[in-house]
Amino acid sequence: MEKRVTFSRWSIGILFAVPQLILIFTFFYWPAGQAVYWSLTLQQPWGGGNIWVGLDNFRSILSNADYWNSITASLTFAAISTGLAMLIALVIATLTDRQLAGSRLYRVVLIWPYGIAAPALAMAFRFILAPEAGFMAVVNQVWPGFWDPGLDGTDAMASIIVAFSWKYVGYNFIFFLAALQAIPRSLIEAAAMDGSGVIRRFWDIQFPLITPTIFFLLVINITESFQDSFGIVDIMTSGGPANATNLMVYKIYSDGFKGLDYSGAAAQSIILMLLIIVLTIFQFRFIERRVHYR
Amino acid sequence: MSIIKQGLAALAAGALGIALAQPAAGEPVKFDFWFGLSGDLARVVDTLCKNFNASQSDYEVVCTSQGNYDATLQNTIAAFRAGKQPTVVQVYDVGTATMMLSGAYKPADKLMEENGYKIDYSDYFPGIARYYATSKGEMLSFPFNSSTPLMYWNKDAFAKIGKTEAPKTWEDVGADLKALKDAGYECPMAINISANESWQLMEQFSALHNQPIATKNNGYDGLDARLEMNKTKFVQYVTDLKKWYDAGLIKIKSKDLGQDMVQAFASGTCEVIMTSVGDHGTVGKTQKEGMNWDVAELPVYAGTERKNSLVGGASLWVLSGKSDAEYKGAAAFLNFIHDPKTALFWSTNTGYIPVTKSGFDYLKTQGFYDKAPYKGREVAIASLTASEPTEITRGIRLGNFTQIRAEFGTQMQAIFANKVSVQEGIDTLVKNGDAILDRFQQTYPDKTLP
Repeated sequence: MEKRVTFSRWSIGILFAVPQLILIFTFFYWPAGQAVYWSLTLQQPWGGGNIWVGLDNFRSILSNADYWNSITASLTFAAISTGLAMLIALVIATLTDRQLAGSRLYRVVLIWPYGIAAPALAMAFRFILAPEAGFMAVVNQVWPGFWDPGLDGTDAMASIIVAFSWKYVGYNFIFFLAALQAIPRSLIEAAAMDGSGVIRRFWDIQFPLITPTIFFLLVINITESFQDSFGIVDIMTSGGPANATNLMVYKIYSDGFKGLDYSGAAAQSIILMLLIIVLTIFQFRFIERRVHYR
Repeated sequence: MSIIKQGLAALAAGALGIALAQPAAGEPVKFDFWFGLSGDLARVVDTLCKNFNASQSDYEVVCTSQGNYDATLQNTIAAFRAGKQPTVVQVYDVGTATMMLSGAYKPADKLMEENGYKIDYSDYFPGIARYYATSKGEMLSFPFNSSTPLMYWNKDAFAKIGKTEAPKTWEDVGADLKALKDAGYECPMAINISANESWQLMEQFSALHNQPIATKNNGYDGLDARLEMNKTKFVQYVTDLKKWYDAGLIKIKSKDLGQDMVQAFASGTCEVIMTSVGDHGTVGKTQKEGMNWDVAELPVYAGTERKNSLVGGASLWVLSGKSDAEYKGAAAFLNFIHDPKTALFWSTNTGYIPVTKSGFDYLKTQGFYDKAPYKGREVAIASLTASEPTEITRGIRLGNFTQIRAEFGTQMQAIFANKVSVQEGIDTLVKNGDAILDRFQQTYPDKTLP
């Protein structure tokens, strides 16, 4: 039998948990509670006072077409960038797992993008994707007016998706590779001896066995695409052109900090929090059923 | 016995501690100054602070750059809410309305009076003073770094089409751009249409043409002011810009696309731009070898009686809740900045213009404007003083104007991408801008602008 350490009194257990509880309360529940309070009032930025307005902030946000546009943009961004980042990472991880030439090098190099701060990589992509000076300038030369993220909302959205996916490919890659390497070699070798090809082995053995990892990454990627996109948007597009890339998290920043509308921004963060909670519950409720834990 | 001894020792140590905590006589009083300039300009401000500290021994200003104007205001608000605000802070032009309602400042004119400094407020250029003054003319903050936009034009390119002078009317601009295009210039004029360009494209244009941005004299007379640029000459202006853009006479240049306007002009890629006099130095330093260029006042439509342009930049606010000694220091610092000699130092090392007549005269007597690289900057003063400020050309006093500028960028981008017509775009700008103003007014239910 497994031996467990138990405390003689529950109070000692609590005592050990207290430092952690204080940290969580100070840095999570307290600010979150403050945000809820602010979202129900109109705050004067300099702290001169506030007025209780109930749900007015939410009403005005939800009746604003720009806000719905921002939600649509965020969902589009989340769906495409998550799909792209996971698909590319999975392909690369599977290839690396097959011990092709140089795979040891890839294993090290491919995690690097995740280590780069979002604003820095956004700066790099701004140069790479600049329509007049960067890599895309070549494309524009062949096909004038093809790439114009300054005015074309779709192009701008594509730029931030590419930058975000590039960063998360590295992160996803490490998890996929670890999951693939945890699969017993004997299973794959047995399948190979039975005559199944690479693709067949992937779909019938590897893919089902890494579904827990896929599910984990799906949750993380979607959540991060709502939160970690800020630095990229701020540097690459500032939410433009014409609000095409004004993702929810960026709108919160610009309304709250640039526009000093603390209450409206607080209400928007509450909505964003609820949206992420709902999405996560949805994923656990419906997608997790298809996950095979060992 | 030993307990008494220890107790006495502790008392002595305590007394010593108190004595040490007291500043030694002659120690300068320190106070904080937060500003929003970065890079080269931040270094100039640092030198300015060093000069002030070296000029006297009673006070020591500690100058800290917060990176940019937005961050300075945000950090100051956060610091103020925590009771750790700086004594002096630089707040940009459009933050003026927010500051006035904050209740967090000490009026500059009162501060100077209390500390025995006599400042001749009529010495300030009226276009600059009134932008920052209350509707009754009291100065709540001191104008600091000030600029106004100019038209930069490439003399070599204009010589090719037989012109030796910059166009004075927008009608001429249209014809000249066409001629430049026909002469083989790919990018006759560069503009950008982000939030920042609200300044030269909307605010300055409206002032020069004496057109209102908002009711209630651009907001000076009350928080219930609402936007009305969808009914002014501004609509015609955007229509023309769009027409020229469609005809390839105007190109959009921005940092996001690889090259901003100033770089495009300095490298000779584009022949005309409209930007701040503050960029005069940058163009001079980074221009293509041998390129001839000059600056002129922004054009107006034919038949317009030209008014003064608006000042841009920032002013210095003194915040409430500091000690008398710190206020004394702040007053001395503001007085130092007000000095014409400081104006000469400031204008020599930055592109900003002097804010007082005496400062301007002092620069002239020093021969500042006679030769390159400073020659041409006097055009900015001419533009600012083209007329006595009218009720409308005093400035813009609207709440959360930063957000309205952002909305300007959004709608201009929609217009230039052919998503909406010019009138539709500007109508939406007014509608969304009014919602921002509504919200601002609701946040300050029982306050009025001073």
